[in-house]
Amino acid sequence: MKWSKVEEKIFVAIMICSTVVVLSSLALILGTVIWRGLPALNLAMLIQTPKGGYYLGKEGGILNAILGSLFLAGGATALALAISLPIALYLHFYAERSWHGEVVRLALDVLWGIPSIVYGAFAFTLMLWLGLRASLLGGIIALSLLELPIMTRGMDEAINMVHPLLKEASYSLGATRLETALKIVVRQSIPGLLTAVLLAFGRGIGDAASVLFTAGFTDHLPTSLFEPAASLPLAIFFQLSTPFPAVQDRAYASALVLTGIVLTLSLISRRLAGRLTEHVIR
Amino acid sequence: MLSDRKSDMSEPHIRMNDLNVWYGSYHILRHITADIPAQGITAIIGPSGCGKTTLLKSINRLLDEMEGTRVQGQIWLDGMNIYDNGVDVTEVRTRVGFLAPKPSPLPMSIYDNVAYGPRIHQHDHNSRGSKNQDLDRIVELNLRAAGLWEEVKDRLRSSASQLSTGQQQRLCLARALAVKPDVLLCDEPTSALDPIAAQKIEAQLRELKKERTIVVVTHMLRQARRMADHVIFLWMGELVEAGPAMQMFAKPRDGRTQAYLDGDIG
Amino acid sequence: MAPSTPTEFIEKWLAIPKRLSRQTLDRLAKKWMGFQTVAVGMLVPLIALALLLRAQPILTVRPLGELLFGTTWHPIKQAFGFYPFIMGTLWVTITSMIIAVPPSLMVAIYLAEYAPQRVRALIKPLIDLLAGIPSVVYGVWGVLTVVPLIRNYVAPTIDRWLSFVPLFQSDNPTGYSVLAGGVVLAVMVFPIIIAVAEEVIHAVPRDLREASLAMGATRWQTMKYVTLRKAVAGVIAAIGLGFSRAFGETMAVMMVVGNVPKVPSSILDSAYPLTALIANNYGEMMSVPLYDAALLGAALFLMVVVLIFNIASRLTLVRLVQHS
Ligand SMILES: Nc1ncnc2c1ncn2[C@@H]1O[C@H](COP(=O)(O)OP(=O)(O)O)[C@@H](O)[C@H]1O
Ligand SMILES: [Mg+2]
Repeated sequence: MKWSKVEEKIFVAIMICSTVVVLSSLALILGTVIWRGLPALNLAMLIQTPKGGYYLGKEGGILNAILGSLFLAGGATALALAISLPIALYLHFYAERSWHGEVVRLALDVLWGIPSIVYGAFAFTLMLWLGLRASLLGGIIALSLLELPIMTRGMDEAINMVHPLLKEASYSLGATRLETALKIVVRQSIPGLLTAVLLAFGRGIGDAASVLFTAGFTDHLPTSLFEPAASLPLAIFFQLSTPFPAVQDRAYASALVLTGIVLTLSLISRRLAGRLTEHVIR
Repeated sequence: MLSDRKSDMSEPHIRMNDLNVWYGSYHILRHITADIPAQGITAIIGPSGCGKTTLLKSINRLLDEMEGTRVQGQIWLDGMNIYDNGVDVTEVRTRVGFLAPKPSPLPMSIYDNVAYGPRIHQHDHNSRGSKNQDLDRIVELNLRAAGLWEEVKDRLRSSASQLSTGQQQRLCLARALAVKPDVLLCDEPTSALDPIAAQKIEAQLRELKKERTIVVVTHMLRQARRMADHVIFLWMGELVEAGPAMQMFAKPRDGRTQAYLDGDIG
Repeated sequence: MAPSTPTEFIEKWLAIPKRLSRQTLDRLAKKWMGFQTVAVGMLVPLIALALLLRAQPILTVRPLGELLFGTTWHPIKQAFGFYPFIMGTLWVTITSMIIAVPPSLMVAIYLAEYAPQRVRALIKPLIDLLAGIPSVVYGVWGVLTVVPLIRNYVAPTIDRWLSFVPLFQSDNPTGYSVLAGGVVLAVMVFPIIIAVAEEVIHAVPRDLREASLAMGATRWQTMKYVTLRKAVAGVIAAIGLGFSRAFGETMAVMMVVGNVPKVPSSILDSAYPLTALIANNYGEMMSVPLYDAALLGAALFLMVVVLIFNIASRLTLVRLVQHS
């Protein structure tokens, strides 16, 4: 056979092997978490807070962390949404095809790449200046910074998909840019916007390094914005750090819960996007 | 039975037999049966969108590279059906060159552009393969054949993208010629060029037809009249009429051909 | 007249914006959205500035060289040498890139050039899924799978056959090692490199590939000599983005690298990356003078390195997109 054909075959084989390696790493991660987490998972764990000696293997559960994480990520997502949507709209309606729009996009892409521990350190600094201690609010601030670029760029892209003629049609009917933005474009791009929100939420709920400084950790349920709040990722980390196998098993179960939440979110967003696009004009 | 066609010059070089092409479920070429004579220039004419590019790309199996296309029927090239199982596609493409409408210089120097083909075939065929001075010779020869040598001989190592569009197109011609194809397919080779540059390409093609079979797609009737020895007229994916240029332009048999030539349709 | 029914109240309330003219509203919105946009655009320098201010105390009393290249880390004795941690980060990051880059590029090429539409539609969401897994879960996977694998199989095998290579010599029996961190990080950056590289390879004009194929080049030859040559800047940018992601990753890494503050000399040694240093010591940093300044200085250093890689990569990608 010709050498070029042989070479082609070799490299296609390498490509397929690489794809298998990458996909099997996904399977391996999910498999490991399910295999070790599922046997340790039980209902009691999900509906109880840690009782005395929980980290020594005694009674209790991770409800504090589950609720804490939902509050943290939920609050952060709401905050990020309030900032993201106006920016995404601004980029499309007031900074169209201008260089400063591109600079902002670049800034957002760069923000996306900043490590979460840096966001944690920055939010921690802010909190010192504001006189806040480690608290739910602090964690929300840190996570919202982390979510902000993800959400904004996602929305930016979603709005980009709206057919330009729609915008022009709205203008030609005498609508202002604001009216066009809110009544036409936002409505048309809802699936994409929602996907961006869920993506950001998923990133927020899974992040540990930024809440480490800022939200603290507690065995109690979060009651106020100014009290510390537990989070699932940190609960996993702390439980895994104990020397007791029984507690480590709970870490695996918690990891399964967290993975489940994140994957469910991503599935929902995919589904929603598919379903909602039915009414979208392309 | 079709095996020793090549020696017999009066026989067609390429014979298409009931060729059908689909893009997805869209039946774009229907039952094309036509001959392309050896040597000379065969012009494929017809209104845009009628399937000229598709037909051209089916002749060197470039259609394979597009997802969703399906080809049925046969194309005989020197007695070999290029759509047979087990046919080496790269071999077919080496024998049937292709010149795209828009010049597409590869991201390398002028020299490397022309040497590209010979180099990639170096490993496979030692006969085609070449030492460095051979390569120099091949590059010069083909740049001359494309009428570009005098303009670039002092800057062979500079990037091909610095050439003008017209020069780039002649570079692409030289590049295509460098693998010594028996057939050269040209898809509206002058459509991106200004009239002077277009003339140069036309002149080179007329020169080249002495040794090669050339197929030119064009939607410019004047160009077809100037260049063609044979004409194939396509209309909405069907072959309406084919024959010697003189006869086609003077006395078309089909009313649609007449209408197209008169500028009434298309 | 005061509104008496809820409906009237709502109508009245809704009428308020109507008093402003629609044009005024549009202008106000533009101002407000513009303000937010500028504020977020300024966030990068703001973060850098805040960290710089907090790191100021230590930067004024210790020369930068001493901080970056000092090898002793003993906060109580006011010794703040970051060298072992910087090296820890570099070792782990570079190991991960060596592991991650070749397969990622191969997958990107496969997806961009070879895979049929159906296969691509199946694989891409799965790879996206990989990007969505929380880093602490990667850490758990590392502890459960990668570390034991290295401890029980990889390290003994290497010890037996390759122990003459200095890069593989180690007396660390735990499996918590540079290699473990590298493997975990590699899997974490797969989706980043694959997604970006696939996009830039896909963006290479069809004409160019067709020109090469039309001369009888195989697909791989076309990829090697034409497409990759055209996409090389973008592919490097993809690797740069992967690098900066790996460089700043905290949780997953600190769970598997052992956290021993010593400069590694083998991929089987433990390491202590900068991120882990910050994360492990935030609790006590306020109680020792200069400690907090040192740790926030470390965060600043991380940010600066990541920024350099990120901005360079992003600028390259923006330029490529504008060209195509
Ligand atoms: N990749 C493709 N997928 C679907 N339809 C295509 C594709 N390429 C071309 N077509 C359609 O096939 C028809 C013929 O195209 P083409 O062969 O390029 O015509 P011509 O070269 O004569 O202008 C056109 O109607 C075009 O829209
Ligand atoms: Mg065409």
